[in-house]
Amino acid sequence: MQRRDFIKLTGVGAGGLMLPMSGFAVSAEQLLDKPMDVAYKKKLADIALNAAKAKGATYADARIGRYLNQFVTTQEKRVDNIVNTESAGIGIRVIANGTWGFASTSNMTPDSIAKTAEQAVAVAMANAKFQTVPVQLAPVKGVGEVSWNTPIKKNALAIPIKDKVDLLLSVNDAAMSNGANYITSILFLVNEQKYFASTDGSYIDQDVHRLWAPFFATAVGKSGFKQRTGLGNPVGMGFEYLDGKEEDKIRISGANVGYKNSYDMLEDATAAGKQLQAKLKAKSVEPGKYDLVLDPAHLMLTIHESVGHPLELDRVLGYEANFAGTSFATLDKWRSGKFNYGSNIVNLFADKTQPYSLGNVGYDDEGVKTKEWDLVKDGTLVNYQAIRDQVHMIDQKESHGCCYAQSWRDVQFQRMPNVSLKPNEQDLSADDIIKDVENGIYIAGRGSFSIDQQRYNFQFGGQLFFEIKDGKITEQIEDVAYQSNTQQFWNSCTALAGKSDYRLGGSFFDGKGQPSQVSAVSHGCPTTRFNNINVINTARKV
Amino acid sequence: MTILTEQHAKTLLQKVLSFSKADQCECSLDGQVGGNIRTARNTVSTAGEQSDLTLAVQSTFGKKTGVATINEFDDASLMKVVKRSEELAKLAPENPENMPIFGKQQYLEPKSAFDSTSNVTPDDRAQAAEDSIKPSKANKLVSSGFLQDATTFVAIMNSKGLFAYNKATNVDFTVTIRTEDGKGSGWVSRDYSDFKRLNTKKASQVAIEKSISSAKAKEMEPGKYTVILEPAASVQLLSNMFGSMNQRAADEGRSFLSRKPVAGEEGGATNRLGEKLFDERVHIYSDPMHSEAPTAPFAGDGHRVAKTDWIKAGKVVNMPNSPYWAKKTGVDYSPTAYTGSGLFGGPAQIIMAGGNDSLEDMIKNTRRGILVTRLWYIRALDPQTLLYTGLTRDGTFYIENGKIKHPIKNFRFNESPIVMLNNIEALGKPQRINGSMIPPMKIRDFTFSSLSDAV
Repeated sequence: MQRRDFIKLTGVGAGGLMLPMSGFAVSAEQLLDKPMDVAYKKKLADIALNAAKAKGATYADARIGRYLNQFVTTQEKRVDNIVNTESAGIGIRVIANGTWGFASTSNMTPDSIAKTAEQAVAVAMANAKFQTVPVQLAPVKGVGEVSWNTPIKKNALAIPIKDKVDLLLSVNDAAMSNGANYITSILFLVNEQKYFASTDGSYIDQDVHRLWAPFFATAVGKSGFKQRTGLGNPVGMGFEYLDGKEEDKIRISGANVGYKNSYDMLEDATAAGKQLQAKLKAKSVEPGKYDLVLDPAHLMLTIHESVGHPLELDRVLGYEANFAGTSFATLDKWRSGKFNYGSNIVNLFADKTQPYSLGNVGYDDEGVKTKEWDLVKDGTLVNYQAIRDQVHMIDQKESHGCCYAQSWRDVQFQRMPNVSLKPNEQDLSADDIIKDVENGIYIAGRGSFSIDQQRYNFQFGGQLFFEIKDGKITEQIEDVAYQSNTQQFWNSCTALAGKSDYRLGGSFFDGKGQPSQVSAVSHGCPTTRFNNINVINTARKV
Repeated sequence: MTILTEQHAKTLLQKVLSFSKADQCECSLDGQVGGNIRTARNTVSTAGEQSDLTLAVQSTFGKKTGVATINEFDDASLMKVVKRSEELAKLAPENPENMPIFGKQQYLEPKSAFDSTSNVTPDDRAQAAEDSIKPSKANKLVSSGFLQDATTFVAIMNSKGLFAYNKATNVDFTVTIRTEDGKGSGWVSRDYSDFKRLNTKKASQVAIEKSISSAKAKEMEPGKYTVILEPAASVQLLSNMFGSMNQRAADEGRSFLSRKPVAGEEGGATNRLGEKLFDERVHIYSDPMHSEAPTAPFAGDGHRVAKTDWIKAGKVVNMPNSPYWAKKTGVDYSPTAYTGSGLFGGPAQIIMAGGNDSLEDMIKNTRRGILVTRLWYIRALDPQTLLYTGLTRDGTFYIENGKIKHPIKNFRFNESPIVMLNNIEALGKPQRINGSMIPPMKIRDFTFSSLSDAV
């Protein structure tokens, strides 16, 4: 699923009969059909593995996938689109003559699968002529036949369409009754049924669920218009995320409500309407140096851009040089063991195991059991994110388990796991972090994020900005973006809230690779303070 | 086989329509086949081949519409997908904005498909990659590149007699070539409909020269500078601006083309159609028949598209809209060409007229300025003014007295294409980039806001 396909599917794009990306729409009840029998999947996977080996592959893996999506899109008082899609097929990856080859097909007859495996070997052999360094895989012991499921409470695909439509239309009504003139609200549900098999002897069946319920509201005033998006997070959960339980709400005095493991979309839409009206009247920020207090629903994306991406080993090594870029966090800095990524209270870790997170799976897409590991410890860079064919380049023997492909049709490669900031051991609240700030700005929600191709210089904005004077939030302000350098920024981190404030945010459509693939990734963090950061004013007359 | 001939597509879609019981039915086929090769660190990293064919059926009863799609083509599957779309239509709430489908259309016939591209093999791709890597290695540089070729087709038929068919081919090549010490970086991009026109060795030479000459960059103070933007540097800003020209958003007050109320005026225009907003040399249009960058001669709903001016002599003369909004506001429907779904779909094609000067001529005619190879990570700051931020990348140079004097460190910019298109000094010869035609542009007072250490 590419971002532009999402835009087309959800009806935000131009009119006409738009095709879903690669799947085919099915009625809701069919989404709940019993998935393909595991024994049959094993039989098909073995055909692929055996055909590849017979043609000379020294390693092969096969991923049989059934990917189900449902989108419900509404605008103001109308339902724009209800789409169910299903995409099924097999992707086969091989190593032959020391070189990777890949081919995929939606035709899952035994003959077609064998031919696709042979095609993958042919691609590997064509490229081997110009290959200079043979692929070197870190060993993985076969795990036999195992399974894993996202621990959901309510399967979102099983909730009646009417309930979903009613929820979104009531969200639109709440925003419009409180100050918004226009609103688009969307439910985006994903179920990946993935079966992985490899010549290492693993047969792994996984059922992965994700959900995102964003809205985009606009208010038009006399001198222009303002926008506010929802503060809910994409999550690795079922429909229970939309229960909006009181115990999951964190109220920040004078500002917004933060949401932990469930989201009150109606309450957020009501607040959005009111905050839009305040935005139309808000004063424009005075540029200068401020202490910034960043809400987790904002800081998650700063972590994503300034920590998650620069510590992807493929970027560091140059494999992404032609697209996403390389990284300032070079191997010599890591090898020195002394590179100050941040101040000594900064501890950043990677995982694919946090409950409710978008990255949470039992095994990655090359059959490696997932785990947690440190990236930055007490402010010092200690590790990267790496997969089987990369870890030997950083003198490690074990893959980190963060390989992913967006569908059966795409080749798997290194993708960002969840990357999170550890909370303070002292359980401070957001208000505790704010109370020491004389002249600052509190920022919530994700706005404009731009960072260079080596991840030094960034300029980030948000959804909501509040002035902080003498330890208290005073009023809503506008036109704020902060501009800094990654290392300088993380070294200016001076305070962290504690574990009660820790929340997961996430990105549903993180893009990387050529051809570009998306993946979903979460970032956990508490409310955090950064001192003396350069703030610019983004308003301009044309 | 995922690429059907016109006759084969017609026969298949007629069969699909014969199963329909809806008031109105429209169906389409979208097929793609292609391959790619990726390189990094002067060697091949990944490569693959992909193909797909999808049938979509849209059934309408009154103002209730359902869409279902499938990728199986036996009679039972065809009947199933039609029935499924009809069931969805019956379950859907009425959409007050639902519009009737179009009748038979007359289409232009662009030359958009080339056998040379359809016939590319894994060996051809491997050779093209090697042709790019070899000179990079010879210069002790590090190359990372990507080559992707695709053949696509789309066919649309409906119960009012409309039938549309278009086949297209595309090849895209990009390569980034860096110095071993990481202090220099050059980049080049080429895209064509005809694979025969792609010469990866020749194209890579541009990136090699930029890589070598961009090392030892000097710092310049951020500020306003005269810039020469290569087509790759401006295409996304122009594309984003075009994407914000929708008539409905303007009429509803949420676009840069919304007209602010004039004191004392009742009613009046709600958008800025007809207003001169840009330098009079600005001419932006779409044309499916463009020989360098052809598109399908129809929109996603099968409506014909022909050459359409959007901005002419600096004035907004047309705004893209939907059939519903066109009817509601009493203007002509102005669609853009269908550019495909899924893997090989692209943004709307835009063509910006220019002059005859080459990039080299423009550099020669510049006393002081900055040459920008491309801009990166472009994000919106303010949708009202189309203020964007982003960074220069892969070759930024200081020009003095008609010559490139030295490389400079990359800048972050905060600028609006509206301002850019009012500050034009010169326009060069348009080149194809990302399926559009964009001239190199010399722009005065382009705003760079901070420096970046990135190379």
